[in-house]
Amino acid sequence: MSVKLTEEMLKAFPDARGHFGDFGGRFVSETLMDSLMTLEKEYLRLKDDPDFQAAFDKDLADYVGRPSPLYLAERLTRETGGAQIWLKREDLNHTGAHKVNNTIGQALLASFLGKKRIIAETGAGQHGVATATVCARLGLECHIFMGSSDVKRQSLNVFRMKLLGATVHAVESGTKTLKDAMNDAMRDWVANVDDTFYIIGTVAGPHPYPLLVRDFQSVIGRETRQQCLDKTGKLPDALVACVGGGSNAIGMFYPFLADENVELYGVEAGGLGIETGQHAAPLCAGRPGVLHGNRTYLMEDENGQIAGTHSVSAGLDYPGVGPEHSWLKDIGRANYVSVTDDEALAAFRTLTRVEGIMPALETAHAVAYGLKLAAQMDKDQNIVINISGRGDKDIHTVAELDGIEI
Amino acid sequence: MSRIEGVLKSLKEQGRKALIPYITAGDPHPDQTVELMHTLVAAGADIIELGVPFSDPMADGPVIQLACERALKHNTSLRQVIGMVAEFRKVDADTPVVLMGYLNPMEAMGYREFADAAAEAGIDGVLTVDLPPEEADQVAPLFAERHLDPIFLLAPTTTDDRIRAIAEHSSGYVYYVSIKGVTGSASIDVDDVARKVAHIHELTALPVGVGFGIRDAKTAAAVGKVSDGVIVGSVLVNTIAENQTDPAALNQALTDLLHPMREALDNQVN
Repeated sequence: MSVKLTEEMLKAFPDARGHFGDFGGRFVSETLMDSLMTLEKEYLRLKDDPDFQAAFDKDLADYVGRPSPLYLAERLTRETGGAQIWLKREDLNHTGAHKVNNTIGQALLASFLGKKRIIAETGAGQHGVATATVCARLGLECHIFMGSSDVKRQSLNVFRMKLLGATVHAVESGTKTLKDAMNDAMRDWVANVDDTFYIIGTVAGPHPYPLLVRDFQSVIGRETRQQCLDKTGKLPDALVACVGGGSNAIGMFYPFLADENVELYGVEAGGLGIETGQHAAPLCAGRPGVLHGNRTYLMEDENGQIAGTHSVSAGLDYPGVGPEHSWLKDIGRANYVSVTDDEALAAFRTLTRVEGIMPALETAHAVAYGLKLAAQMDKDQNIVINISGRGDKDIHTVAELDGIEI
Repeated sequence: MSRIEGVLKSLKEQGRKALIPYITAGDPHPDQTVELMHTLVAAGADIIELGVPFSDPMADGPVIQLACERALKHNTSLRQVIGMVAEFRKVDADTPVVLMGYLNPMEAMGYREFADAAAEAGIDGVLTVDLPPEEADQVAPLFAERHLDPIFLLAPTTTDDRIRAIAEHSSGYVYYVSIKGVTGSASIDVDDVARKVAHIHELTALPVGVGFGIRDAKTAAAVGKVSDGVIVGSVLVNTIAENQTDPAALNQALTDLLHPMREALDNQVN
């Protein structure tokens, strides 16, 4: 590990302009600047407001069902034959993924700011469902932007969002996936900036989004840290989480950044293999650039055009990544690796069969790498894999790959 | 004095307003762009805004997004776009050219290399949609050393403090985005634009160009009356889309669209 971070140092990231070292920032058209600056000011005020925090904590406890369990996967540990494998069960949250931690927080912000209309982008549909859910509960108008190719492969979630009262806009431009959904959400926001709050689903986008999404998701790591101390009497040796935009990973990692003996592993979508170019792994195989309001590692061609991505999991199918991950990569605090579609699918089956836990295909990437890593570790070591979401939404994809019609 | 400043000053002295058409470079085909630029000048353009195609043009509506897709089908790169301006300059040494686009292609090329090549090719200004002045500290000195005018956007949501700060970072002109929305979306409210531009004029001495929502001679004249220039984009790009398979018809159609705007702008003031 190259840099020892202290609690004190961490307070300087992001800086006042939203920069994490060379990454982050606020690269948007002028129309949005005022809204972003207002959001930043209000968030920094509310962050330390006891009423706001109490409302957030109460919703996490009573509506989401937190804390989520930290589960020792004994059979999986035996079969793997290495470190003790612990699963942080974000899949047990209301709506079935970690996404709701953030949508609760941002919807609360929206209501403190008096905004009545909510927009969001979604890839796999988990963030869309989590957003539609909080909007239903708060009686807010909800518009979800989703690439038309994702609308097809995640039809169950599309129907869930509609049942929850959201309008789902199928985005036909560009590659028809998550990045294009984000483009259209930003276009809608520019046109309706006065009455609309944009609930971004990941730790990317213009400042202050990477900051506030990280803060809302950090409940994952804070709980994990305490649960590890309670159950094992020490901190874990390694944490593993999948990285698309990177919100579940940063939520898990952030409270451990100053714990230099805790190794951090972010697992990107290797798709058909990094060497094929058909993947969604900007940290492993991209370079820094600017997209969607922040500077970060991107998948792009030599002319700076954003490259198409491939992953079996819609939620990881994104050419960028949160700027804080780019920073953690460059300073050497976190390790970023990838696993292929096939490895993730195999891990999906393993976890389902061995533990009776069916993970989302996004999560299956973390499981695949976590199992490889655990096998190389000692029996007295502990590894935590973040089970960021449940897999029900993916059974059609898995069945189709098996040639089964449901 | 920069070429942009010179043109705008001379127009002002004549009591005329600038007509600033936008087209996306490489649309419908990279081989046609230079000719289309000459057509725009012949039809009355004072300054040309040349769009650099980008895969993810977040601030643009579907018309310009599709133009980018057509240009990128032919792999139109930033380097090629700069080459087109160099080609244009062989014939036209007077008409200022402003590159308009997004930051990532410039970042991929390298800021210094871009600034050198742009200045060398005779590009006059650069408008980077997703680069507010707060993030422009790397490019600003490179542009200043090479006399490239940084053009920034002002929006209906821009506060007075920001208008002043943005004007400080700008040269040539400032571009007032007349509507809350993407390019080619809503209709323009001329009274509202008149009030806002008058207010911007109180805060800065720079000329104010107004864009987004100018569709025909009538809106051009109305907006020209209250500003220093009008920027016309989506309606031209739409015409390019409609005539993409017939170059001769395309040149004529652009002329037929732009020329009445020129006349209306000039008559409005007289």
